Amino acid sequence: MGRPRLIPACGAMLRRDLTVAWRRRSDIAMPVLYALIVTMLFPFALGPEDTLLQRIAGGIVLVTLLLAMLLTLDAMFSSDIEDGSLEQLVLSPQPLELLLGMKILAHWITTALPLIVITPLLAAMLHLPTAVIPVLLLALLLATPLISLFGAVLVALTAGTRRSGMLLALMLLPLCVPAVIFAAGAVAAAQQGLPWLAPISWLAAALVLAVVLAPLACAAALRIALDA
Amino acid sequence: MTVSIPHTPLLEARSVSFFRRDEAVFAPLDFDVHPGQLTLVEGDNGSGKTTLLRVLAGLLHVGAGELRWRGAPLRRSECAGEILFLGHQLGLKADLSPHENLRIAVGLHGQRAGTSIGSALIEVGLSGYESEPTRRLSAGQKKRAALARLLLLPATLWLLDEPYANLDRAGIALVNHVLKWHTDSGGAALVSSHGTTNFAGDTVRRIHLHE
Repeated sequence: MGRPRLIPACGAMLRRDLTVAWRRRSDIAMPVLYALIVTMLFPFALGPEDTLLQRIAGGIVLVTLLLAMLLTLDAMFSSDIEDGSLEQLVLSPQPLELLLGMKILAHWITTALPLIVITPLLAAMLHLPTAVIPVLLLALLLATPLISLFGAVLVALTAGTRRSGMLLALMLLPLCVPAVIFAAGAVAAAQQGLPWLAPISWLAAALVLAVVLAPLACAAALRIALDA
Repeated sequence: MTVSIPHTPLLEARSVSFFRRDEAVFAPLDFDVHPGQLTLVEGDNGSGKTTLLRVLAGLLHVGAGELRWRGAPLRRSECAGEILFLGHQLGLKADLSPHENLRIAVGLHGQRAGTSIGSALIEVGLSGYESEPTRRLSAGQKKRAALARLLLLPATLWLLDEPYANLDRAGIALVNHVLKWHTDSGGAALVSSHGTTNFAGDTVRRIHLHE
């Protein structure tokens, strides 16, 4: 009758969210299609001029991907609240922070990872030099989990309110800005042949901080949302 | 199997009440829950049955009064996993099958010795539906899948909010059977209902809630 150990519990949680996401594959495809369509439209709107597209390619890809991530953000906890799963998570003998961390990881895997996989394609469509693509990918690998973590805290904070989408977008904007600035800064520096490690390090530092603090904030916010 | 009731109650409530907008949802309550005991929480709609159970589960904070667990002030970190709450929302993912849902519950809460997911599903009458997505089950079948969780998880105190809702005659008998099995093996349960249940326990205690 032993209480289950932590690692299998986290594994069960992660597998649950990934299975649910896989059963709703069309939801995963939506951000990817959105990013593809937006990136495809830019050359049509701006004209197929190589130099112009090259200059703005990094920025376009970054902003498109971050916006695509927001599409699925507000659904992160809503289904769990509606069907009562969240109550069961709160009452389970496991630290809620870790379980929510697993949920955030599942969100990143199902939303951000497919986007990162198609990034080389998006970058190539905008004539981004091949040498810069690894830096872009590195910047995305650090910036997208940051958005997932920040987003999760805000979704948890607005979980109790009806139609929280607008509020969520307004609150997330200022948190996205630093991530975009540093990621775009790294890409621009790499494009100009300058050292790009400093902005990447800033992103990494912010990510470390967010990995530790965001699940704690999420757990506290959701406990308060249920206690009403 | 005879169970001697130990001296210390499992759960003690000492003038417990809960406030919503500074208004008490129910009058201060005093009661004990002993191992092997069934307690029925009765009251009309809106009298605070669900609120009481959510307070006891720890989802809502205690407004006033004190809760004690095994003789000591109740701390959630100590009794987590020993208290199992089944509310109106059953906590089943609609995209997963009953078997997958139960496997997750076992992964999070642990498993009662000598039980298996397969046998629990058979016992609640869901054999043949193990791998059907829960969204395709009827309301009563979903309830049965949630009842299978009670059989599997190693909890001592069950807090069941309207467990009879949506169930047919056989389902009601199943709930009573499961409750008897739980109390016979030393567990305790608080069950809410709005009055018209065929409650088949011999040592039933009742808590009345009034507006």
